Amino acid sequence: MIRDKFDAIVVGAGPSGNAAAYTMAKEGLKVLQLERGEYPGSKNVQGAILYADALEKIIPDFREDAPLERHVIEQRLWTMDDTSYVGMHYRSDDFNEEKPNRYTIIRAQFDRWFSGKVREAGAVLLCETTVTELLRDPQGRVIGVRTDRDGGTAFADVVILGEGVNGLVGQRSGLRPELKPDTVALAVKEMHFLPREVIESRFNLAGNEGVVIEAMGTITDGMTGTGFIYTNQESISIGIGCIVSDFAESGRTPYGLLEAFKRHPSVRPLLEGSECKEYAAHLIPEGGYNAMPELFGDGWIVVGDAGQFVNAVHREGSNLAMTTGRVAGETVVWLKRRREMATKANLAEYQRRLEETFVMKDLRKYRRIPDFLHRNKHIFGVYPKLLSAAAQTWFRVDGVDKRAKEKQIFQSFRSGRTLPGLIGDALKLARSWR
Amino acid sequence: MMNTTEVGAGAPGAPIVKVEERLFQNRYLVDAGRPHIRIKPHTEPSKALMALTHLCPAGCYSQNDKGQVEAVVDGCVECGTCRVLTAKTGEVEWNYPRGGFGVLFKFG
Repeated sequence: MIRDKFDAIVVGAGPSGNAAAYTMAKEGLKVLQLERGEYPGSKNVQGAILYADALEKIIPDFREDAPLERHVIEQRLWTMDDTSYVGMHYRSDDFNEEKPNRYTIIRAQFDRWFSGKVREAGAVLLCETTVTELLRDPQGRVIGVRTDRDGGTAFADVVILGEGVNGLVGQRSGLRPELKPDTVALAVKEMHFLPREVIESRFNLAGNEGVVIEAMGTITDGMTGTGFIYTNQESISIGIGCIVSDFAESGRTPYGLLEAFKRHPSVRPLLEGSECKEYAAHLIPEGGYNAMPELFGDGWIVVGDAGQFVNAVHREGSNLAMTTGRVAGETVVWLKRRREMATKANLAEYQRRLEETFVMKDLRKYRRIPDFLHRNKHIFGVYPKLLSAAAQTWFRVDGVDKRAKEKQIFQSFRSGRTLPGLIGDALKLARSWR
Repeated sequence: MMNTTEVGAGAPGAPIVKVEERLFQNRYLVDAGRPHIRIKPHTEPSKALMALTHLCPAGCYSQNDKGQVEAVVDGCVECGTCRVLTAKTGEVEWNYPRGGFGVLFKFG
């Protein structure tokens, strides 16, 4: 198909692939990027929050023209039962800074913008092109890819796989195993449109200020999972996700769960009168450090979701994707400058560099958390109910004296989870969090 | 086109939701006659394959009169859940749609 040989082929035009392609093209490398969607972003789904720091390290002045929705000034964490939430909210005017730290974005628009930068930097992008397999030389070294464009092939010194969570190319080439139902979450999401003034008054916002709500509790019906509500300029992204194996056992439908979340008495007023313009679903790799596959080999590197680079506890993924893409790109540029081959031994530099970043440090820190949450599903049901009951007991003024209320709350925790259970949960969580 | 069965949320008191109404908002370029997902012929579906009748977020899977599970994938949002869940039994053959085809997210 393409006669030229490239310095690098990048599979996928999401945050990780774009970060890698941009980093290499900017340094003058000859880069071919392949995307199966009609346009970059057409297959991609995220909440979505953009973490400025990760993008700044790639495109420092991105704020000048990137399609940003709102900068986040308030974070709300809700533990919910069927009629209430107990919230921890953090709002600060300090987030109204010259260079805000987090933004809400709409991925289809953002990915197109990012891809435009990649092309400006000199990379060649081919959309509507699905990579079907990796090409190898007799020694097993990856030397290129085959695509579904008339079975066309393309060759390069190195292939960077930013193919996303489904990652069929890497899986079918034996670079990594299939995802496991108990370490991957299925999230469904809707885009609800409302006039911007309505969003600003409902969420107590001015100008481009934004709010992020992350929710857990009975909304996931005993499954390991969370919900989210993000404010965009003229729309609200709302979604909910749970571990696939939990869904399979529960008998619940994902859209039924989302509908119930939308109808929760604390959520419904936020969406009142909105028009839903899209329904999306996507998998999130939540296995963390222990589910991480091999990250590099002879002639290839994996970046982003395909490499399990998601911090499920902090709901971070796109920043890990961009950072792994950037570091992979920098590693390839570094080898090119030294006129060294992209052998497995040389590409180990990628992992060495990643170890120095928050990516591997955070994933290692939380390596026990996915297992903890999987084995302790009551965290998502029992505690939100207990918390809510406790708050209601405390705040309702009904002639019962405060000491009696304290006793009642303590008793409810003991009967809800038993004293050894409470202590055990606290210890296990502390151990996993370390 | 889509399966027209009304699918409940699967829990008592949960709202009845028609997933078709949601998918109607989406943009697709259907690769007519070339479904990217195929179910292997079977007489009795495994537990995992059966679970897809409620788990598929696009409601693509349903059970026919003979008890077999069928898929109509025009409304597929390409999440990959069915492939992951049936990886062990190998009942679902899942490929990406040809380049350019399938769901086209306007917002994502």
